[in-house]
Amino acid sequence: MSNYIWLIPAAPLAGFLINGLFGKRFPKPVVSSIACGSVFFSLVAAVLALIELLGLDPEYRSIETLLFSWIPSGAFQVDIAFLLDPLSAVMMLVVSGVGFLIHVYSIGYMAHDKEFSRFFTYLNLFTGSMLILVLANNFLLLYVGWEAVGLCSYLLIGFWYKKQSASDAGKKAFIVNRIGDFGFAIGIFMIFWTFGSLNFSQVFESAASSFQIGSSVITAITLLLFVGATGKSAQIPLYVWLPDAMEGPTPVSALIHAATMVTAGVYMVARCNVLYTLAPTSLLVVALIGAATALFAATMGLAQNDIKRVLAYSTISQLGYMFLACGVAAFTAGIFHLMTHAFFKALLFLGAGSVIHAMSNEQDMRNMGGLRSKIKTTYLTMLVGTLAIAGIPGLSGFFSKDEILWKAFSSEHGGVVFWLIGVVTAGLTAFYMFRLLFLTFFGKPRYDKHKSEHLHESPRNMLFALASLAVLSAIGGWIGIPASMGGGNHFERFMEPVFASSAALASHGENHHSHVTEYLLMTISVLFVLLMIYFAYVAYIRRPQLATSLRERFAGIHKVVYNKYYVDEIYAAVIVRPLIVISMFLWKVIDVAIIDGIANGLAYMVQSFSGSTRVMQTGYLRNYALMFLGGAIVVLAFFMSMR
Amino acid sequence: MVPLEYYLTLSAVIFAIGVLGVLTSRNLIVIFMSIEIMLNAGNLALIAFSRALGDVSGHAFVFIVFAVAAAEAAVGLAIILAVFRNRESVNADDFNIMRW
Repeated sequence: MSNYIWLIPAAPLAGFLINGLFGKRFPKPVVSSIACGSVFFSLVAAVLALIELLGLDPEYRSIETLLFSWIPSGAFQVDIAFLLDPLSAVMMLVVSGVGFLIHVYSIGYMAHDKEFSRFFTYLNLFTGSMLILVLANNFLLLYVGWEAVGLCSYLLIGFWYKKQSASDAGKKAFIVNRIGDFGFAIGIFMIFWTFGSLNFSQVFESAASSFQIGSSVITAITLLLFVGATGKSAQIPLYVWLPDAMEGPTPVSALIHAATMVTAGVYMVARCNVLYTLAPTSLLVVALIGAATALFAATMGLAQNDIKRVLAYSTISQLGYMFLACGVAAFTAGIFHLMTHAFFKALLFLGAGSVIHAMSNEQDMRNMGGLRSKIKTTYLTMLVGTLAIAGIPGLSGFFSKDEILWKAFSSEHGGVVFWLIGVVTAGLTAFYMFRLLFLTFFGKPRYDKHKSEHLHESPRNMLFALASLAVLSAIGGWIGIPASMGGGNHFERFMEPVFASSAALASHGENHHSHVTEYLLMTISVLFVLLMIYFAYVAYIRRPQLATSLRERFAGIHKVVYNKYYVDEIYAAVIVRPLIVISMFLWKVIDVAIIDGIANGLAYMVQSFSGSTRVMQTGYLRNYALMFLGGAIVVLAFFMSMR
Repeated sequence: MVPLEYYLTLSAVIFAIGVLGVLTSRNLIVIFMSIEIMLNAGNLALIAFSRALGDVSGHAFVFIVFAVAAAEAAVGLAIILAVFRNRESVNADDFNIMRW
């Protein structure tokens, strides 16, 4: 039973091998059908696995499949084994489902690219690695997937490597992630040192049974793991790589830098829920970083003009939301938002890609406008995505965001401050998303005639992906309608077994709040969101000069926000440049002058000494015979004198 | 009876003549012959000691030296012959390519 789990990550990896080895010789339709087919195979297998999981009793919904023993070395035992439980089931469905749609979309988007097969090779490698990451049953296999997706991220950001900015962005992403992964790796070492195992079930069982809440070792481990999560999931202080990652092709931004890879940190924190519950300090850190990132990134999104950068900051902000949820021990809400966010953010990115495609690679929103009637399907699907992310009641984003806000308020780890930050961020999100929508699709066209001639709706397979994601964004939240609104909250009950032991640890139970409080808070946040949408409407449609005059009145603030609070510049001045200076010193002085100097000096000394003595080798037999005689006389004289 | 010292002195003189021959001559054949002289000077000393001490093992040494010298002469002359065929010369100073 369930012994086909390994096929789920194996299928895209097989596609990666086939396309990677022979893709250049295949015609484009063959390449794309291998790539999409392999991911579709994973999707079908994932759905079958989910059905099988649902057929079991909730307490047995955790199936480990051992493939083979990977590193059997004394006490250090690591297997290639997969864990199927509600959490990994949700993750693999999101990865394979959204991944499949984005693969289909890419066929159209990359149709004119010369390196079609290379793109799909990387995309398949990514999907396979991400599935390994979410299905691993131990920390080391998770780390393998974690690093492999980082590699794919680097390869795909720098896909158009001939462009300097793209290859720089790829390097930046890779290096910044390296900093986070350093902490993550030390965290894994500490887990093995503390528990003697890397297996999830063994680690979490022994943590729950033999450690007190607030244990310092667990706090250290969880903080180190969270350092890895801040790198991968673009949280303060390591978020700087994500906006630059938009240099990659748009389907990559949708798949890797919005829907799947960047959520790996959230998944990891949720997977380690037992450890985090044992360390309230770490939970507080996670919640604070999450809330700060959510608010900070949302403000940066307000002033960007590049359509993809707005979405990038929005992604950072929404990831902050997910960490806020995890930080107040509402892991279910975090994963729920992860899922709905994957739908609507992938949709928004693909929609933006469709706009860019239609506008012949124009990304600046100041040169768009009035596209509503020209590319109708894109507009409608983008509208659904925008409404969903803004949290309009009924759409998926509303349920997940409201769940987080409610948990931020009501959880014992939460508080009013977290709720308030969440609401303000929600309002800002609504504002910048509608700003994006209004600038792109409404108003008068601001592009030149040349572009309007080429203006065209995207091909059918791209629209298919957009429409599917729009449907998912609209109804995807219905599986998690909370009880207070007459829903069953199936999602929470499905996830319950995963978080059961940590819920048991935090035994105090929830603070009891009445449904009235919940309705009141919900109403406040929805009203605030609607107000911000209205404000965006006024500022960008009814009185466009208002936005300009506001920008001029607060020119100083606008400049700071537009330049992203100069964080990149500060990092460059404080970290990057001193590092370069130190490296130059180490290179020029320590390495070239001292180390190479010693090595070369020794060689020179030997050379000059032998240069003076080698003249003894005259090549004349007589000279050698004379030396021989001399030597014999010396030896003889020595023995004579000894007597 | 001739005292031992006479033999040893003669042996040393012959040996010195051989050394001088090796050091001063250029002809490979002459050098070769000088080496044979040195060997036989050594043989003379061995025989003289053997007789003076009344121990026959000195004779045995000499026969071994003869045998080795015969083998060495065969190999050495073959080398000189081969060198001459290649270079048309038996002058030791012509063969100094193994130098700095």
